[in-house]
Amino acid sequence: MQEKNVSFNNFEQCIKCTICTAYCPVVAVNPSYPGPKQAGPDGERLRLKNKFFFDENLKYCMNCKRCEVACPSGVKIADLIHSARRRFAREIPDLRDRVLANTDFMGKFARPFAPVVNSVVASKPVKAFMDVMMDIDRERTFPKYQGKGFIRWFKKEAADSQAAYSKQIAFFHGCSTEFQHPEVGKSFVQVMNAVGFGVNLIDEECCGVAMISNGLWNQARRHAEHNTKVFRKAVGEGLPIVGVSSTCVFTMRDEYPDVLDVDNSDVRDSITMVEKFLFEKVDSGEVKLVFKEDYRARIAYHCPCHNEKLGWGIFTKALVGMIPGVSLTVLDSNCCGMAGTYGFKKENYKYSQEIGRPLFEQIKSLAPDFVCCECETCKWQIEMSTGYTVLNPIVILADALDLEATAAANS
Amino acid sequence: MEEFDVIVVGGGITGAGTARDCALRGLKVLLIERDDIATGATGRNHGLLHSGARYAVTDRESASECISENMILKKVARHCVDDTSGLFITLPEDDLEYQDTFVKACLAAGIKAEVIDPKEAMRMEPSVNPDIIGAVRVPDGCVDPFRLCSANMMDAKLHGAKVALRSEVVGFIKEGDTVKGVKVLDRSTNQVSEYHAQVVVNAAGIWGHHIASLAGVNIGMFPAKGALLIFAHRVNGMVINRCRKPANADILVPGDTVCVIGTTSTRVPYEECDNMRVTPEEVSLLLSEGAKLAPCLQNTRILRGYAGVRPLVSADNDPSGRNISRGIVCLDHETRDGIKGLISITGGKLMTYRLMAEIATDTVCRKLGVDAVCETAKKPLPGSEGGGLEEIAKKIWEFPTMAQKASVGRIGASAVHLDFDDDKGGVVCECEEVTVAEVDAAIEHLEVNDLVDLRRRTRVGMGTCQGELCACRAAGRLAKANGCAAKAREDLKSFMRERWKGMYPVAWGETLRESSYTQWVYSEVLGLNED
Repeated sequence: MQEKNVSFNNFEQCIKCTICTAYCPVVAVNPSYPGPKQAGPDGERLRLKNKFFFDENLKYCMNCKRCEVACPSGVKIADLIHSARRRFAREIPDLRDRVLANTDFMGKFARPFAPVVNSVVASKPVKAFMDVMMDIDRERTFPKYQGKGFIRWFKKEAADSQAAYSKQIAFFHGCSTEFQHPEVGKSFVQVMNAVGFGVNLIDEECCGVAMISNGLWNQARRHAEHNTKVFRKAVGEGLPIVGVSSTCVFTMRDEYPDVLDVDNSDVRDSITMVEKFLFEKVDSGEVKLVFKEDYRARIAYHCPCHNEKLGWGIFTKALVGMIPGVSLTVLDSNCCGMAGTYGFKKENYKYSQEIGRPLFEQIKSLAPDFVCCECETCKWQIEMSTGYTVLNPIVILADALDLEATAAANS
Repeated sequence: MEEFDVIVVGGGITGAGTARDCALRGLKVLLIERDDIATGATGRNHGLLHSGARYAVTDRESASECISENMILKKVARHCVDDTSGLFITLPEDDLEYQDTFVKACLAAGIKAEVIDPKEAMRMEPSVNPDIIGAVRVPDGCVDPFRLCSANMMDAKLHGAKVALRSEVVGFIKEGDTVKGVKVLDRSTNQVSEYHAQVVVNAAGIWGHHIASLAGVNIGMFPAKGALLIFAHRVNGMVINRCRKPANADILVPGDTVCVIGTTSTRVPYEECDNMRVTPEEVSLLLSEGAKLAPCLQNTRILRGYAGVRPLVSADNDPSGRNISRGIVCLDHETRDGIKGLISITGGKLMTYRLMAEIATDTVCRKLGVDAVCETAKKPLPGSEGGGLEEIAKKIWEFPTMAQKASVGRIGASAVHLDFDDDKGGVVCECEEVTVAEVDAAIEHLEVNDLVDLRRRTRVGMGTCQGELCACRAAGRLAKANGCAAKAREDLKSFMRERWKGMYPVAWGETLRESSYTQWVYSEVLGLNED
């Protein structure tokens, strides 16, 4: 009779078990949010009847995807919510949302004045001004812009030597590597070179995740189309796309087709996280890692929600766990509450902190040397809320590896 | 013993509409129904707000009636109607020349029929079969029969009518050739009572055959079974019909949160009317024909199958049945059979219920010598007095929740009376977003005896989970209202059995998976095992 049931983002697969709502970090702290089941598959049936039934409170979804990870029926709940926002939301993104969403534009704009911008946005009167005028919470600490970006460093220090490597990859560095954390990119190049891979930069644009969360759909789709085109060219040349931010990688693999209707099926499987890429190479024997003998660290690993959705936290755990002298604790699965730009917003700040509290408390009670995490916005939230330093796994690896010995072992 | 001007037998849309019309004209009315409102053909059809286009070629009179009632209901029953508009599509295997005949017939009947480019039709209705070679747009829509029936009953009550549900007519009180009243078995108490009236209106649908026979009259009905399938969500925004002579499974109607494909047409013996089941052959036919209208039906989850019986009757007194009409039939048994004080109103359609009620009430008034004008073409039903959804919601709440909006979507302007205090904004039925407030209001004002009654009035249990999450909560509200948990527990069991009956013919895929989960919840978690 019927071979299978197909529906938009699988919403008819929902059997109302409600486990998504039990796992939703927002619904537990914010009574205005209807929860993933109601906002997703239940609401979709009503919205198909009439757009009048769209609920503006869907904006409280922070797109952490924990509902989708919990769902035993494969319903793309958060995608349903975000495509509903895309189709029906009437609230137009304001200046604040546009500023937060355009991470690349703001980075380019702020960089020439980095020291000034950093100290200005850290000053109390400016914070108070932004709080009142732009609804950016005054308690929030801003990540610091770096005067010299990653690309400039790469061109000056590394670009010329990359062609010498017999194997090549394309590096999607993401906005935060360029503007706030160039050390992540530098570490990436060091490690990849040491294991015998040349690094190629591609004509990337911001992945667009912040545009999706802030309702700038058309702009997000333009970015998605551009990046997918660039990836297609790289993949055609035999280059896998390797990233260091789990949110960028997740967005480019899954949000492009599911939320933005951009077909990336021909390149999706070639987009990967550096931890997965390295682990598989080590596991197959293609790559050897030689670590420093005296490296010692007590590390707590927080797997970002989007990396949980990818199902790839296990690669980071395995890779960091290979380092002798590391004592690694995997933190309980919790959302940090930041969700990209969500936690910057005044209306979300309180909830953002409440959501993250169990995570913050566990970190504080463990008192590690530092926290390991693949996501820059988790890093900002955890550093602000606990005082502990958060390092990207690739930075930890670059520090723990004996790069020369590794290079020799892989030559 | 109470005296009435008129007793209406049958709580379907015809009976409820007639009771309302009589009450609006100042008559003292009793409405009697053996089960609950809308349990017969009223609740077992497409819910199509015909433009009349379907009948334009074959039955001009029905077509004209439909378009006139269509325009009336869009005004007076606004909250029960969704003005979706409809398409008549021509597929490659159909004769495109029929489209001309069709459009001409529509225009002649006063139905606005507009030939549109197939590409434009696909843009307007993305689910439509992309192979179409022709498309005509007509003012079809959908109507919620339960809501319509309940609003008519409620307005009848507001105008003084008395309603007796779960009351079965078991005989007539006659003096010679004159009907003086009815003997009624109250099914809850098993007591037989007598009610007197000057006129009895038999509006019992297909069961009117039996009612008439109690008075010694033969109507000669021809029961025709029609099976339909409900899909779990709206795949189409517009009604989709085939542009050809009416045949099986050629109408796909979006209704509330679902869509319905139908129907089949099979003559069935009268004795089987109370026990209609959808057969596997009917399911295959509906699916394969339905997929020609909207190919995605082939992969869309099906919620339930159901079947109703059309109360077809021979138009004149021809007992052979050769001259079966789908038009309205109003029989005055005084002139037809020499039985005074009894009329039967039958035939017709959900779509023309108001006109049927008007015709029946005119006859009643003539018999009673009452000179009162019918107001039902102008006077909105309760709930339809406000404006559109948005307008109504805005008047009541500053920031309505999704569930509050859903209430407005169901009960229209009557949502203003809902009491959302004391956590009554909590949701009972999650699929359809029915709140405690709406459930409690239905229990209090809409003659709800059990969960099935509640479902007909609120859509509790009609969503994809088919009672999995809501039935136990709704049973709790009923138990609280009636002060009896044991009855609610039995009611819950029979409700879940009733839900399964409709799922059984289509129990595969997600529907089977969900029903297994439901069974597990009810038997293992809630301990509702059958002994």
